[in-house]
Amino acid sequence: MAKTTFRIGGVHPDDAKLSRGCAIEVLPLPQVVYISMAQHLGAPAKPIVAVGDKVKAGQVIAEPGGFISAYVHSSVSGTVKSIAPRKDLAGNYMTHIEIAVEGDEWMEGIDLSDTLVTELPDDRAAILEKIKACGVVGLGGATFPAHVKLNPAPGSKAECLILNGAECEPYLTSDFRIMLERSKEIVIGAAIMQKVLGDCRCVIGIEENKPEAIESMSKALSELKYPNIQILPLKKKYPQGGEKQLIDAVMKRQVKSGGLPISVGAVVQNVATSLAVYEAVQKNKPLVTNTMTITGDCLPVEKQHNYLFRIGMPLSYIAEYAGGVPESAAKLISGGPMMGKAIANLDACTVKGSSSILYLSEAATKRNPSSNCIRCGKCADACPMGLEPFLLNRLYKAGDTDGLEANAVQDCIECGCCLYSCPANIALLDNIRLAKGQVMGIIRARAAAAKAAVEAAKSNTAK
Amino acid sequence: MDKHLVSPSPHVHSKDSTASLMRDVVIALTPALIVSVIFYGWKELLVIAASVFFCVALEYLITRFLLKKPSTVADMSAVVTGLLLAMNLPYTTPWWIVFIGALVAIGVAKMTFGGLGQNIFNPAITARVFLLVSFPTAMTHWEMPKGLFGVDAVSGATPLGAIKEGLMQGSSVQDLMAEHGYSYAQMLFANLGGSAGEISAIALLVGFVYLLVRRVIKPYITLSIFGTVFVFSGIMWLINPAQFTDPVFNMLTGGMILGACFMATDYVTSPMSDKGGVIFGIGIGLIAMLIRYFGAYPEGVSFAILIMNMAVPIINKYCHQKKFGRA
Repeated sequence: MAKTTFRIGGVHPDDAKLSRGCAIEVLPLPQVVYISMAQHLGAPAKPIVAVGDKVKAGQVIAEPGGFISAYVHSSVSGTVKSIAPRKDLAGNYMTHIEIAVEGDEWMEGIDLSDTLVTELPDDRAAILEKIKACGVVGLGGATFPAHVKLNPAPGSKAECLILNGAECEPYLTSDFRIMLERSKEIVIGAAIMQKVLGDCRCVIGIEENKPEAIESMSKALSELKYPNIQILPLKKKYPQGGEKQLIDAVMKRQVKSGGLPISVGAVVQNVATSLAVYEAVQKNKPLVTNTMTITGDCLPVEKQHNYLFRIGMPLSYIAEYAGGVPESAAKLISGGPMMGKAIANLDACTVKGSSSILYLSEAATKRNPSSNCIRCGKCADACPMGLEPFLLNRLYKAGDTDGLEANAVQDCIECGCCLYSCPANIALLDNIRLAKGQVMGIIRARAAAAKAAVEAAKSNTAK
Repeated sequence: MDKHLVSPSPHVHSKDSTASLMRDVVIALTPALIVSVIFYGWKELLVIAASVFFCVALEYLITRFLLKKPSTVADMSAVVTGLLLAMNLPYTTPWWIVFIGALVAIGVAKMTFGGLGQNIFNPAITARVFLLVSFPTAMTHWEMPKGLFGVDAVSGATPLGAIKEGLMQGSSVQDLMAEHGYSYAQMLFANLGGSAGEISAIALLVGFVYLLVRRVIKPYITLSIFGTVFVFSGIMWLINPAQFTDPVFNMLTGGMILGACFMATDYVTSPMSDKGGVIFGIGIGLIAMLIRYFGAYPEGVSFAILIMNMAVPIINKYCHQKKFGRA
């Protein structure tokens, strides 16, 4: 099959998939978990349990706080100890439900067996309801509630479900491992989502640096024989897993600035999300576990792991179990080295979207002092959105918000390619992020003002 | 935890640095430098060494003592300027002319504008043009290479100069070519009068390919210069081969290859976008050929690059990369 990739920009960082050989291990239960109410994009969930309540694993403990929000379930059985603000990994306070672990008792009706359920349910609405009730969110990074994405607004039609198996971030191997070990479940999850979207075609995009995953997924596909699903090997290039980039790579269509994937007929879900959909719909199991990678350039390979974790496990507990934070680690990161967040607080807890603890040495992560821009244009070549980071940086420093908006700073996906490729080590993305924040604020204020003007005009004519 | 870094993504960086890119340019210039030393001998080596030394020393002195800032010589850009300047000088250039060239390149063209990245004009070309108009005799008097073939040094003009001279005296291009015995093979490999940067087309092209392979530069500017020169001189030559030199001759002589591959592609003084690069290249090609055919100087590449350097800000204003999802 011809390998393809997205057409604008991109960089080729060393993929450093050091933990690719580490089979998924199940982490033992800690004494206590802290479950965050903000594990998804959108409004935080609202707790529906009280201190002292006994809960079982898989039990709903918080309800959606808005249209774009998700259910949260307990990942363990035990007693609710507290419902209080607690620091997340960046140090921001967010409501967490603390549960002291007692035994490992699951809710009735949850199928924890390995038996593969290949028969697909028929009722589209029931499937969607199940996905929503099980708290499934996108596990590719943005944690957007899956049931919202799988239910396009009336008038828009999904032509292609794209399963994201690119895992283009260096170091991370959790998607790779599930594609090897849970390939059939992922394929069934894809078939379910395909059904929900009205039997559109489905393409599973996997980067060529994961031939074992391509092989394993192809095998699962040929054994299960669902119609209209294909594997598409992709050339290795970061950020292939970016939603707009992946759509461009697979369908050769560009989502318009400010538009949604569905506007070009695409729905993108991560392979891990597909696994969660399988577990929700076929096994009645809510999203309370996920896979994460413990890796880094300063961690010997024999100490690297891919773990199946329960949501709410403290990062410090997982780090400790894996053998402790290595001495030479200069930076701890949750997520990949290109877009992950630096961990400021190792006592923070895992959330649905946690994908790794990455230990980088000083040599790997240190930023060199910046020097003059030499106008090489490497940042513009690297930008997958076709922006000109050098120009945006200059406009930001000049405080020219009109210029920033005219040069599309709001289209920035914060992938980090510009800063990564700058030979003068200029803090391009740092400044562009701030500029984007300013411009987004202006755009929102303008939209609000326009809306208010329309309302005012309406009420005037009514009078 | 307090011993760990917390800062925004990305957390890793490519291995490219300003110094590594400049080092690649130095490597790319090496074949041409070696050929020139083989042909011109130790005198050429002295010119190269003096030029690099003066450029680096002047940048160091200016940053440290005039601007009172940290020295920037570690970024290697002064070395590149020094090498490019040397490649534009006859090997017979006295040391004090080399020094004046370095002073103009680094002191005037580069540091007055704010150093690397801020200059409007290519420093090495600015210096070359300054020397050309200030010391026309020293800058246009060549001794034919001897070196390898043991031929005695003969003084003479460069092919472009000789043809220009001849045309002014009423000869035709064909007669002049025959009279001087110029051959394309000679031009391609070496053995014609000229500066280090003019002596071997092949050595320069090897360096150019190295820069492309290492992704230091992109081919758009260079190819659009070559394309424009080829097409424009092709048309003129077909119209009147007695008056106008042919395309291949124009591609292989003078500073065409050095200019198109190493000078016009200078990051700082060329447009940021690919589209801008093509426009920039077409401009250089046209202006260079107009000067060669109709101007007073036999060689026009340097002037053409300087003139187009001035147009870069306006090209940048109107030429942008194609944005994702925007028509």
